[in-house]
Amino acid sequence: MRNKILDMTTLDKNLIKSLDAYIDSIEGDKKEHLIHVLHKAQELFGYLPQNLQLYVARALDLSSARVNGVVTFYSFFNEKPVGKYTISVCMGTACFVKGADKVLDRVIEVTGANKNEMSEDGLFTIKDVRCIGACGLAPVMTINDKVYGKVKPNDVDEIIRHYRSREDESK
Amino acid sequence: MRVSSVNDLLLWKDKCPKKIDYKINVLVCNGTSCMSSDSEMIIKMMEKELDNHHLDFEIRVIKTGCFGFCGQGPIIKIEPDDVTYVQVKVEDVQEIVESHLMNQTVVSRLLYQEPNQEDSVHQSSGMKFYQKQMRIALRNCGEIDPEDIEQYIVNDGYMAIAKVLENNTPEEVIQIIKKSALRGRGGGGFPTGLKWELTRKVKSDEKYIICNADEGDPGAFMDRSILEGDPHSILEAMMIAGYAIGAENGLIYIRAEYGVATNRLRKAIKDAKNVGLLGKNILGSDFNFDIEIKLGAGAFVCGEETALIRSMEGFRGEPDKKPPFPSEQGFRDKPSSVNNVETFANIPAIILNGPEWFSEIGTKHSKGTKVFALAGQIRNNGLVEVPMGTTFKEIIYEIGGGHPEGKEIKAIQIGGPSGGVITKEYFDTQIDYDSLLSMGAMMGSGGMIIMDEDSDMVQIAKFYLDFTQDESCGKCTPCRIGTKRMYEILERLVNMEGSPEDLEKLRVLGENIKNTSLCGLGQTAPNPVLSTMKYFREEYEAYAYRTKKTKYSIDPKLCVGCTKCARNCPVECIEGNVREVHYIDETKCIACGACYEACPVNAVLKP
Ligand SMILES: Cc1cc2nc3c(=O)[nH]c(=O)nc-3n(C[C@H](O)[C@H](O)[C@H](O)COP(=O)(O)O)c2cc1C
Ligand code: SF4
Ligand code: FES
Repeated sequence: MRNKILDMTTLDKNLIKSLDAYIDSIEGDKKEHLIHVLHKAQELFGYLPQNLQLYVARALDLSSARVNGVVTFYSFFNEKPVGKYTISVCMGTACFVKGADKVLDRVIEVTGANKNEMSEDGLFTIKDVRCIGACGLAPVMTINDKVYGKVKPNDVDEIIRHYRSREDESK
Repeated sequence: MRVSSVNDLLLWKDKCPKKIDYKINVLVCNGTSCMSSDSEMIIKMMEKELDNHHLDFEIRVIKTGCFGFCGQGPIIKIEPDDVTYVQVKVEDVQEIVESHLMNQTVVSRLLYQEPNQEDSVHQSSGMKFYQKQMRIALRNCGEIDPEDIEQYIVNDGYMAIAKVLENNTPEEVIQIIKKSALRGRGGGGFPTGLKWELTRKVKSDEKYIICNADEGDPGAFMDRSILEGDPHSILEAMMIAGYAIGAENGLIYIRAEYGVATNRLRKAIKDAKNVGLLGKNILGSDFNFDIEIKLGAGAFVCGEETALIRSMEGFRGEPDKKPPFPSEQGFRDKPSSVNNVETFANIPAIILNGPEWFSEIGTKHSKGTKVFALAGQIRNNGLVEVPMGTTFKEIIYEIGGGHPEGKEIKAIQIGGPSGGVITKEYFDTQIDYDSLLSMGAMMGSGGMIIMDEDSDMVQIAKFYLDFTQDESCGKCTPCRIGTKRMYEILERLVNMEGSPEDLEKLRVLGENIKNTSLCGLGQTAPNPVLSTMKYFREEYEAYAYRTKKTKYSIDPKLCVGCTKCARNCPVECIEGNVREVHYIDETKCIACGACYEACPVNAVLKP
């Protein structure tokens, strides 16, 4: 295989099996379910590397350009690996007017990772998201499923430290 | 349980547990906002306490959807006592059980305190937040457990579909909706009955009912609350719509970020299928209907109906030109009716109460109610549903409780990234589709952001433009490149690198983008800028002429020389001796606001 990033044999066999099972379970026109298949693939693998996109294309009998076009169009899909914890800072209007941009700046500073990037230690990925429907608690930030409300820039250090020390303990 | 006739449904309804079967019902909000402040733990604690005291037979805990009073969450409501507790903590549960539930002594410290009023409010119905509201779309939110189909049935659930299947032809259903004068709540305000009629008229072997649950406005969450708080009402409304236009399939297109709502919808669909309320020969009739969920993947433009359809078909969500409208060629090129979540939520109520009931509410050309999401500099953040024709004043001061610190409210941004600002001279205006358009704003989905004297309108406009230029699908040049250029000009302005000519450039560019873009995104993207420029020109000029103050300063008349500001400044740009007036060196100030927070006598002035 000349092109390494497109080498599908490096994909985890068990995860591929789950993905195949999902694709098999789709009734009707499978191509129409491309977005659902990509959701499933991202749920299983964490992100959508090029070889996985190619795999999906082959499985649904679509061109890989079509699959890549869809992956890059929708912001929910990641082509790059994501950290163990995804820190999403809400940039919805309510949060913005309550200073969410300062919270985001602080998160970027403390983790050392930029927006939509993973920190060097592989722990955090930073995202700005739209209203998550908790405007009453603005500004809001989530780390995986945990929601932090009324966050001040100064609180960020403490919150991140908490996750880092949890990692250190488990080592 | 299998429901194969209207009679079965009525019998089942009779057997379902009702609120009056219990001495007390404890309603705990389990909406997104309250959930994030521990409402799930509160529910667990409550159940445990009741169990410990052997009260679980006469007192029932109901996990409800959003009450709307999100800023004060987590919320607990006790029925039939009509008492609402706010900002409840897990530690408070025991006291509520032992004092209120066992000894009928209300826990006063957890009641809501109205602003400017000595007493806290004992009766929920006496709360100003609820007094002016009228809940039709939100009728079940905060009243029932959305995951329990029986609680929906008890509240007349599935009675509307039963009524139309027994008594009305599809054409009659369309006439009822037309007569109610319901207009779409997804933004455009197109008459719903007419849309159904157009879709019905097109001949085709297959048709689709599509529920638009993409909710893209970054400050709105009414659709989400309805889906989380009352999912069955959307299923029932889609069935009625399907019957009316002659469709056997319904699709719900929902944002991938709405995990809780998606799960509740999935459960609702499964429960409805299990009892035969979805599927073949519904309630013994020859009407068949099924509903499927389609996930979005984070693209605002997919809220636009033609883009939404492309996305459901597995493509990039780029809008198509209209005509043909979805009512002629929609999903899989078949006639489709796309309706918004809140629009659907009104349908069962209109069928059950009659179109006249509905059309008596509201203004001449906008009937019924509208749900607004209140956010920003306002005391009561949350969701409110009011009759069309309610004024801004009533919403912000009576329902919203005004500014949290009593400052002056200078404007309201309405309609999100497509909308505009309303200034205080217009706060007496009755809100409806047409009055908003005439003021250069629009209903949009109903996000209302309240802004006070400290808010920077240029920054707000820049915020929305950043959003739209990021979300432009890129299909047409004016939208793709034009919004980017507008954003760059704004950026230049706020960095104090702009010039007065930039203002004219912004206006011309904005008008051009509006006139030449293909879809609603581009056609409305310049609105937040154009509207703020019209009403707050002086704020733009302050940037353009570079006279805008951007640094903090200290009012020498108020400063008491406590040194707190100087000690908190991270760049040490504040000088002054103890008990003498302090000064900020504006060349060094980074405008972090630490001094503003630190000053005990409010002597620090914001830029
Ligand atoms: C850029 C853009 C975004 C939109 N987003 C939404 C949305 O999030 N939800 C929605 O119901 N309608 C949205 N619409 C309006 C839909 O195109 C469509 O008019 C609406 O779903 C019809 O439903 P209704 O008649 O019940 O309002 C959007 C339109 C545009 C142009
Ligand atoms: S106006 Fe903008 S979002 Fe709409 S089709 Fe054109 S480029 Fe896409
Ligand atoms: S704007 Fe942040 S939760 Fe709504």
